[in-house]
Amino acid sequence: MRLLVKGGRVIDPDNDLDQIMDLLIEDGIISQIGIDIDQTGAEVIDARNMLVCPGFIDMHVHLREPGFEYKEDIVTGTRAAAVGGFTAVCCMPNTQPVVDSAPVVRFIREKAEKAGLVRVYPIGTISKGQAGQELSEVADLLAAGCVAISDDGKPVVKANVMRNALEYTKMFGIPVLSHCEDMELSQDGQMHEGYFSTIYGLKGIPAAAEELMVARDIRLAELTGGHIHICHLSTKDSLELVRQARARGVNVSCEVTPHHLTLSDEILGDYDSDAKVNPPLRSAEHIQALIEALQDGTIDCIATDHAPHHREAKDCEFQLAAMGISGLETAVAVIMDRLVQEGQLDVYDMVRLFSCGPADILGLDGGTLNIGARADLTIIDPAAVRKVEPEKFQSKGKNTPFKGQILTGWPYITIVNGKIVAREGSIV
Amino acid sequence: MKFNRKDLLGMRELSREEIQLILDTAIPMKDVIKRDIKKVPTLRGKAMVTVFYENSTRTRTSFEIAGKYLSADTVNLAISSSSVQKGESLRDTIKTIEVMGFDLMVMRHSMSGTPQYVARNTSMSVINAGDGQHEHPTQALLDMYSIRESKGTLEGLKVAIVGDILHSRVARSNIYGLSKFGCEIRVVGPSTLIPPEVERMGVKAYYSMEQALRDVDVINVLRIQRERQEAGLFPSLDEYANMYMLSNRHLKYAKEDVLVLHPGPMNRGVEISSEVAEGSHSVINEQVTNGVAVRMALLFLMMGGSKDEIAG
Amino acid sequence: MGVRDKNTIMDEMAIKRALTRIAHEIIEKNKGVDNVVLIGIRRRGGPLAYRLAERIEAIEGINVPVGILDITLYRDDLTTLASQPLVHRTEVNFNINHKTIVLVDDVLYTGRTVRAAMDALMDLGRPKSIQLAVLVDRGHRELPIKADFIGKNVPTSKQENIAVLVQELDGDDKVIIQEIIGDS
Repeated sequence: MRLLVKGGRVIDPDNDLDQIMDLLIEDGIISQIGIDIDQTGAEVIDARNMLVCPGFIDMHVHLREPGFEYKEDIVTGTRAAAVGGFTAVCCMPNTQPVVDSAPVVRFIREKAEKAGLVRVYPIGTISKGQAGQELSEVADLLAAGCVAISDDGKPVVKANVMRNALEYTKMFGIPVLSHCEDMELSQDGQMHEGYFSTIYGLKGIPAAAEELMVARDIRLAELTGGHIHICHLSTKDSLELVRQARARGVNVSCEVTPHHLTLSDEILGDYDSDAKVNPPLRSAEHIQALIEALQDGTIDCIATDHAPHHREAKDCEFQLAAMGISGLETAVAVIMDRLVQEGQLDVYDMVRLFSCGPADILGLDGGTLNIGARADLTIIDPAAVRKVEPEKFQSKGKNTPFKGQILTGWPYITIVNGKIVAREGSIV
Repeated sequence: MKFNRKDLLGMRELSREEIQLILDTAIPMKDVIKRDIKKVPTLRGKAMVTVFYENSTRTRTSFEIAGKYLSADTVNLAISSSSVQKGESLRDTIKTIEVMGFDLMVMRHSMSGTPQYVARNTSMSVINAGDGQHEHPTQALLDMYSIRESKGTLEGLKVAIVGDILHSRVARSNIYGLSKFGCEIRVVGPSTLIPPEVERMGVKAYYSMEQALRDVDVINVLRIQRERQEAGLFPSLDEYANMYMLSNRHLKYAKEDVLVLHPGPMNRGVEISSEVAEGSHSVINEQVTNGVAVRMALLFLMMGGSKDEIAG
Repeated sequence: MGVRDKNTIMDEMAIKRALTRIAHEIIEKNKGVDNVVLIGIRRRGGPLAYRLAERIEAIEGINVPVGILDITLYRDDLTTLASQPLVHRTEVNFNINHKTIVLVDDVLYTGRTVRAAMDALMDLGRPKSIQLAVLVDRGHRELPIKADFIGKNVPTSKQENIAVLVQELDGDDKVIIQEIIGDS
């Protein structure tokens, strides 16, 4: 079984590669990269004018299963990932039951196996029951297949619990993924606190609600020598804290979402709950800082925080609406259109942020086009123009503030294990 | 000047000309209220419903009687005793009301942005009668009517808004409306009740009554809610009253003919003293009458007229 | 839709004579003006009512009260208009109970304005009687209404328009007949 990706711009930041070449896949393995590879007996993908990249990894998604299958399940979630150009996703443990024991991990992996589209790496909880009190059985979770731990959706309120988590995970070499939010400061908040929260009369969530916890967790990582990873980082000063910590040698990494990079708090003026998300969309000043941090390398990866919701949770009073954005199917196009095409982000850096960036944080086998590596590829058509039509999403979550927008630069083909799983927005 | 809006959701979206038209139309409406026969047949055959998710006898009654003076059929939906408690979604409630044939809905809701949501999802006209901490356009319109009636103009007046600016939809709507007429607007209250970046709205923020009230033409006093104290935003109602209760000693900082407004209901002895409330500068009772007139004007402008243009 | 002036059917002098005659007729019909008040329908009925009052005072030496009626809120076509006409104040600053009201307007056409005006008056009080004075009656009544005092009868077609100009509002006194051209 030979698959030849012909004449594309092959970008592999893991190998400092950016050149127009052919790439040959044999039996699910990348066997050759070069010019004018013999195509005898191979299925050929004409990749001229396309970007041929290591399979994209979204290290922060909510697949909702088990427990919330009305919002999303592993089949629909992985279908969404595949058409969105992702070959692997890490799913957050705030399901029902939460992922705090090996059987739940195995359940997710079996379901994902059966769905057979993209790789699914479960993330376990930091604390039992996600209650923020006692540590989960981390070794057991890792043995069952988890790649990291997180209480995402809920911050770890107690500093000593976070301290122990960082201390304990150190011996396994995995990061603790932290949802940084001081719940007392953010309580009842509906949007970013600032001029627009004043104008729209919505209770604000100050940037400090995030920054306080970023500062605490960084300090705890410094204390313990553990690896802290800041989820969905969204403020200017959070970035500053990360920069300073790195300069001191603290093991800290961070991710940012496409929506925080491209949408500001101003758009909440029509009270469209599809733009209601936590952390909230920030002001222009923060967005600018995030984009600069993408350029200077402070941010390690882009992750969607894909948070699908059913219609009733969004189609209601703004204040009652659930927080979250269904992001898997628009992430690549949003970054391509708003940042790459606008000259705000180099395409090479974009590939890094979607591939080896997350792979390095989690120590995943992927995010590279090494010869002999599993053939997970994301091929992007930078000239494709398409409208965001949530009703056509694979995901059950139609909640996107990008609805109706016409974007340029979409995933063309997603290849997992040498097999084409999605092509131009459809599952193959 | 035409008024071509399906909905009235806030003062921010209204142009100066639209505001002027509403205020001008309210003048003959006020004449109707003052007649022996307080009824004109204008909106005969039209139906309106007031839907209040938050208690306000004052505003609801004002809309109701405004509709009745214009001969519209007016129904009040007491929502607390109705479907919300059965867990019906807002969308379904609205649809149910819509298919009963109402032309216009007046909505009060404790959550900001809900009238916007409703307006998007119904063919009825929607008037926002106060949404959360966002806007209360008809209150601002009646305040502006009262000011214009007393002062002869709105142009260039100095207006101080006193109290809980942070949580006040009245303050926001007044700021939007008055600033379209070149008013100099000041907001004053304890620093915990002044919203973030409020000065970007084109107002000046003060913590001192003496400074804020200097030379002002109008003082609009806001109602203070006890729950703000309970939320820890200020230490006690006594301390609040000591610093911010509008009393006669403050009036001397203002212009001699200063006008005092309050949207009601008043907490006497907390945000306003009885002497001021009942004093010669107060137009608090007149505001209530003007509220009916302004709402009649709006109902007339929004409910009269066909949806499609008919030639001639 | 536009209009084209066809010809002038009354000039300043003709209007003056017509008003003088109507003033005499009002006095005669009511055997004096002790109980009479004049109410002009906005807009051009207003100035005409004031002029009639001046003439009546010149003849009888009695100052007849004059009021202005805005009938917008009583119109029967409000729901068919795309946007609302401006509402103005009604200025009747006297009691109309038991009075003989002479309603004054410039043109009597379908009768709908007069119907609205009578309804508006009834809401202001209970007059003894209402009479109608118009400068021009152009026919085409749609309601059973007729004028008591008429300046001039002008047969018209529905494709024509009667424009009454008054010094106070238009800077000129004349009545012109116009042709309606185009259709939209």
